[in-house]
Amino acid sequence: MDFPLLAVLAATLTIATPLVWAALGAILNERTGIMNLGIEGTMYAGAFVGFLTAAYTDSALLGIAAAIVAGLVAGLLMAVLTVTLGVNQHVAGIGTTLLLVAASDFTNRLLFSGGSQTVTAKFDRWFPGTGVFAQYPMTYVAFLILAPALWWVLRSSGFGLRLRAVGENPEAADAAGIPVASTRYAALMFGGAFMAIGGAFLTLSLLGSFTLDIVSGRGWICIALVIFGRWRVWPVVAGALLFGFADALQLQLAISPMFSAVPNELLIAFPYIVVIAALAIWGRGVRYPGSYLTPYRRA
Amino acid sequence: MTGVRPPLAELRAITKTFGALVANDSIDLVVQPGEVHALLGENGAGKSTLTRILYGLSQPDSGEISIEGTVRKMSSPADAMAAGIGMVTQEFSLVGTMTVTENLMLAGVGIGRINRVAARTRALEAAARIGVSINPDAVVETLSVGERQRVEIVKALFHDCRLLILDEPTAVLVPQDVGMLFDSIRRLTADGMGVIFISHKLHEVVEIAGRVSILRRGKIVASVPAAGLEPRQIAAMMVGAEVVAHGGITEAVSTVEADALATSIGLEPSAVSTALVAPAGDRPPGVGRATTVSSATPAATASTAVAATSGRANTASVPALAIRDLTLRGSGAPLLDTVSITVAPGEIVGVAGVSGNGQTELVSVLCGMAEPTSGSIQIGRVDITALGVVERIRAGLGRLTEDRRGSVIPNLSVEQNLVLEDLDTFRRGPFLSRTRMRTHVHQLMQRFDIRANATDPIRSLSGGNMQKVLLARALSRNPRALVASQPTRGLDVGACEYVYSQLRGLRDDGAGVLVISEDLDELLGLCDRIVVLFSGRIIGDVMAADASREELGLLMTGQAA
Repeated sequence: MDFPLLAVLAATLTIATPLVWAALGAILNERTGIMNLGIEGTMYAGAFVGFLTAAYTDSALLGIAAAIVAGLVAGLLMAVLTVTLGVNQHVAGIGTTLLLVAASDFTNRLLFSGGSQTVTAKFDRWFPGTGVFAQYPMTYVAFLILAPALWWVLRSSGFGLRLRAVGENPEAADAAGIPVASTRYAALMFGGAFMAIGGAFLTLSLLGSFTLDIVSGRGWICIALVIFGRWRVWPVVAGALLFGFADALQLQLAISPMFSAVPNELLIAFPYIVVIAALAIWGRGVRYPGSYLTPYRRA
Repeated sequence: MTGVRPPLAELRAITKTFGALVANDSIDLVVQPGEVHALLGENGAGKSTLTRILYGLSQPDSGEISIEGTVRKMSSPADAMAAGIGMVTQEFSLVGTMTVTENLMLAGVGIGRINRVAARTRALEAAARIGVSINPDAVVETLSVGERQRVEIVKALFHDCRLLILDEPTAVLVPQDVGMLFDSIRRLTADGMGVIFISHKLHEVVEIAGRVSILRRGKIVASVPAAGLEPRQIAAMMVGAEVVAHGGITEAVSTVEADALATSIGLEPSAVSTALVAPAGDRPPGVGRATTVSSATPAATASTAVAATSGRANTASVPALAIRDLTLRGSGAPLLDTVSITVAPGEIVGVAGVSGNGQTELVSVLCGMAEPTSGSIQIGRVDITALGVVERIRAGLGRLTEDRRGSVIPNLSVEQNLVLEDLDTFRRGPFLSRTRMRTHVHQLMQRFDIRANATDPIRSLSGGNMQKVLLARALSRNPRALVASQPTRGLDVGACEYVYSQLRGLRDDGAGVLVISEDLDELLGLCDRIVVLFSGRIIGDVMAADASREELGLLMTGQAA
């Protein structure tokens, strides 16, 4: 039997795209010491707001813009809760996710009576017919612009230096005159925007429609990917590709007659199991950012 | 003002209150260019508050600061840095996962591209200015404490600092590093920089400072040139009447006491008073014995020798604590490598070493918090190697651990914490007898002079009082052997003296005491014998009377003397 390797690779990149966006956003958050469990909800809100705006304005670009705004607001909410109020980050994050998922579903029900809608204003793949290269614009941006840019920012920019200092040792950052709170606000808001773009990729590029549970745990996977990649850009991208590959493989296997006897649920679970296994093997003994989970208060 | 250079920094009438506490009470302080100005005072005297205000970390209620004749408002460290002020605290403000160069760049870094190459060059230049070599590409967490401190000073210079505040810079250093630090300070002041030097150790202050200001209870009680200073006066001025109460002595500060204070903060007592307290046998166990601190004076040598001989005489009998070939393996090199220490009854043995060389592990193994890979521990004739914590205590082990706050249950009362380790003794059937606990606690609080209500949550106690509670808890069972780790860390002079007197008292009652400390002065003053721990191995074993700071310092850095 011939294995459609190119198709699997092309699907790998597509599937990995929302994970790259959201996980890189999570890196930004966590490098400043804030764990953002609002990621799943932020992606969900991005997916819904992007879709909603595109449906009403008939413009996918405006949809992305609206998703970015939604992500900034979600990041701002997390920042107010965890930075200004110093709320427990687990609670703040899960609360944010619950709120954003429920608010999106509720609005969806009000406007579309809960049925799934399709938008015409959706991104098309660039370079159709070129196999692996026939990808959505946001895939190109994720791999060719976002990842290298974030890598450079963290390594070679003053902003990146500030971010890392705040995440590792906020007392030292404060003593060096770096505004700890605003650095965390900025990181949470930018990160939120990236997560929302990742969510909007699902509605505006992949599906062209919004359905309930559209994010289906991708946000949680990103939390695992960030730990697996030890908060570094390229290993996290590699982790996203691993998940993408496992998922693409699974999709391919599902239509192969050889695997017709395997329950579909098991195949769907496969990429998640791969990531959990990878985390269990390589994610042990990792060193979390020094101020992880800790709000900063001047002594 | 014509022809006269304005002072580098002038603080006028600085007042700062925290609630009812006046931390700084109308303080005036002047630092001239090229001057090392020492600030002395007990913990809580207001030194830290004052320097925090100068560095913009804290805002004064009133008063003003002028730098080189211009009044400046320090609302943040950024303002202070812009005014040319740098500060190096005991807790370094370094990001451990970053390189030296990255740490140096942190202050004042913008948002955009950073220029590593230029920063690296400037780092090397700044290091050259204080005559030290640093590797700008080293990751900070791989550096030793001394090296990190140099990085901190270089960091201050990196930002064109003209007034450097050093907050207890020598507390964390081995003697060799102290020498390097002082050389660096001299180079800087020769350049016209000013240095504010905070220390508890008077001999250092006398060595390096040009002027000494003494703070007590938020006020400057004296500001005098350091040259020709009489150390006893400084000690007495520093502590005022406070220690008198601790030592239970009712008369005004006498020569003897002042000397005891002087020694407890690392000074050699004057010859006159040393003679006064020379007979080793019949002095009060408390204050007087503090004079043994200085190993250099004949009296001290004699008294430690006496103690040492008595210790040796007792080795014929069963040791109070016998540690044999104790080994603890970690993931890499062994954390403890065939450590053997014997503490005779009536002996205090000190464990010296730079932190991170196995002290924490040794204490955990002795206290039953970690299981050794091999080796044995005996209290008297009982082998406690395999025993649990409760059995160890029953066998006669007393513990005073490094982490004071980790040894108490913060939200339980003083009373409850005091009886925590021997609840069984207060059992009446399945219940605890409140009345018996109360009586016991009342006695302990009187005996150990714990100043708190028995029902106060223990977290509200000061470090000194909390240490008294822990001492009371450990000593109330009359342990055969006491393991005391960093027993005076963070305590003020009076409280330190109290702890020393209790440890000596226990020794005189025939128990063996093992003191683990990073403070060489403390070990030299308190112990009969000192062993040096380096990389998990005992690499030195000397009588305290024969030991010199330099020799111990060399051992602590792993170079055999």
